[in-house]
Amino acid sequence: MTPLTAYLLVAALLFAIGLAGALTRRSAILVLIGIELMLNAANLNLIAFWRYGPHPEFLTGMMFAIFSIAVAAAEAAVGLGLVISIYRHTQTTDVDQITRMKG
Amino acid sequence: MSGVFYFISAVTVAGALAAVLLRNTIHCALALAVAFAGLALLFLSLDAQFVGFVQILVYIGAVVILVVFAILLTRDSEAPNQGVYSRTWLAGLVITAAVFAFLAWAVLASLPGLPRRAVAPAASVQDIGNALMTRYVLPLEIIAVLLTAATIGAVIVAMHEKARSK
Repeated sequence: MTPLTAYLLVAALLFAIGLAGALTRRSAILVLIGIELMLNAANLNLIAFWRYGPHPEFLTGMMFAIFSIAVAAAEAAVGLGLVISIYRHTQTTDVDQITRMKG
Repeated sequence: MSGVFYFISAVTVAGALAAVLLRNTIHCALALAVAFAGLALLFLSLDAQFVGFVQILVYIGAVVILVVFAILLTRDSEAPNQGVYSRTWLAGLVITAAVFAFLAWAVLASLPGLPRRAVAPAASVQDIGNALMTRYVLPLEIIAVLLTAATIGAVIVAMHEKARSK
């Protein structure tokens, strides 16, 4: 197994764990934690491809990872603000009970 | 692959699993910090020093703290009496297993793709700063605007309702 394959497999495993958290937990905060794990798995892929790719001197993968971290930070701030706002309205963070928009 | 890589990977995956599986939400946030620290070590082992330290600063220093604050503000740490898993957990697990199987198949099927590079590429902080200020200056400005807008938006969304209704 080449190093790149090992890193990609670890990233795939982390992505699957994050997806499982986002899809199976009740708490909206745990859903956000799962999304953060998925974003980090993608960052690991970007850095691994930068490290083992043919042109690391252009820093493309690293730049993608840096911008992705910045976007993830903004996403976490807005997402947790929304969770607090929803909790204030409904007194719950259980995504199974927030069904107001269900048709 | 060296033993260091397997050790860091095991710690990271164990932290991620604990973050997703534990019942107490505070424990989940702390396990998430462990997973993020493991990812930072993986970045360091990939010779991406700058990204590794940014990962520690941004994720452990800011995102995990934000998550802990949100848990405390919403009293989410008390374990709910009807279980922590959603009603559709079985469908979620099936989707997750399918996604992981597909990703692993794609990675393993494309084995002889890229050449093996033994020499670590040089990426000093100076190189990254030069790239950010020349080739990537427009994305940098856009990210600055996005972060400002997101911070203001988060504060407005989470602000108390009574202040607005006056």
